[in-house]
Amino acid sequence: MTQFESDMQAVRTELINMWELVYLQLSKAKESLINFDKDLAREVVQKEKRVNAYELKIDRDCENIFALFCPVAVDLRFLLAVLKINNNLERIGDIADGIAKYIVDSPIKYDRSMLETAEVIRMFDDSLDILKDTRVAFENENTLLARTIFSRDEVLDDINRKADQEIAKYIQSNPQNINEALSTLSIIRKLERVGDQSKNIAEEIIFYIEAKVLKHFKSS
Amino acid sequence: MENTVIKSKNFNAYFGDNHVVKNVNIEIPKNHVIAVMGPSGCGKTTYLRCINRMHELIPGATSNGEMDLNGENVYDMHPIFVRLKIGMVFQRPNPFPNLSIHDNVIAGYKLNGIKLHKDDRERIVEHSLKRVALWNEVKDSLTKKGSFLSGGQQQRLCIARAVAMEPEVLLFDEPTSALDPISTSTVEELFHELKTNYTLIIVTHNMQQAARVSDRTAFFYMGELVEYDDTKQMFTNPKDSRTQNYITGRFS
Repeated sequence: MTQFESDMQAVRTELINMWELVYLQLSKAKESLINFDKDLAREVVQKEKRVNAYELKIDRDCENIFALFCPVAVDLRFLLAVLKINNNLERIGDIADGIAKYIVDSPIKYDRSMLETAEVIRMFDDSLDILKDTRVAFENENTLLARTIFSRDEVLDDINRKADQEIAKYIQSNPQNINEALSTLSIIRKLERVGDQSKNIAEEIIFYIEAKVLKHFKSS
Repeated sequence: MENTVIKSKNFNAYFGDNHVVKNVNIEIPKNHVIAVMGPSGCGKTTYLRCINRMHELIPGATSNGEMDLNGENVYDMHPIFVRLKIGMVFQRPNPFPNLSIHDNVIAGYKLNGIKLHKDDRERIVEHSLKRVALWNEVKDSLTKKGSFLSGGQQQRLCIARAVAMEPEVLLFDEPTSALDPISTSTVEELFHELKTNYTLIIVTHNMQQAARVSDRTAFFYMGELVEYDDTKQMFTNPKDSRTQNYITGRFS
């Protein structure tokens, strides 16, 4: 393996490790919400620094490869995609951190029936599946799988659109839980953004493998 | 293609029985910079030398097919006329060591027995040296020998010598491989200037140079023209896997 190939492989491995960490962060945010596990939520907040450290390291490693090897063609597309995926993963990491902070700050447990009615748990599960599949698509260079993300993101968008009404209804019948209900609405918004970030990642995977730019095109 | 200057149609070149350029079809548009790249022995320099009929100067070298300059086959023209219209600059700067800078610029006229009026001569010298951004550096030492100049200046003097004949096409065979990075950068900048008046075809081993200076790139491999496309396209998304393997350094 040449030095260039070895450096490219290292960046690839770092990105996949970051992907797994971000998945774990979001997964723990979900568990901490459902079980009102403040310790687990604090762990997510603490580990956010590791996600940030990955982002900085991957940025720096990409910069070095650009400067030292002047990559072209598929290598250039790979590194450009890595930079953008890195940025999107870091933002998903922020989202997990933001959700965990709601748990840390909340004095009372979130009402399970509200989480189910507003489909928050389903959103979490879908977001986690989407996030995992973007990683699998990247690792296996599977653009068919990457393309499935677009329609799956729309499911999250739909839940988000209906959430205002569901949460409003819940607040009317449970005015004492208004703070938790409003936090739940924010969590829904954040999970909807996980779908958007995953869609961006899927676009980058397709760009890297097929050299096609799908950004700003209406997905079919 | 509109405004095609050079067009090769089913062009082949040989050294004896060795088939070194195989059935090349290419159209080169006016006022463009074309980079020709490929591994050693791929036929790129031979192809370049066929354009102005220098290939045939080598004993045993032959060619067939069409090589048109503005629609006329160069092999039906007088070779001297072809070389006036299609100038060439080589890898190592080769100013005539016994001639002054001034006389180097107009060497093409002298060697072809073309007599110039003094005013025309001075105008051509100044104009050519200005074209290659060398005038300000040498205008006070035109009588000095060309060999006193630095490598980069000598190469620009050789380009001025080619430009002085007012050619249509300029061929460059690895023109900066013997130059330091600063001189290389000056010559590369010059390519951008020169293309407003000429069509430039540059053989280079330096892929980043091809990417920096050219509008279109041709990739040769084992005598074949594998791919010929817009340079940006070629360096971001080449169509042929052989091109991709070459530019990404994965050629075994």
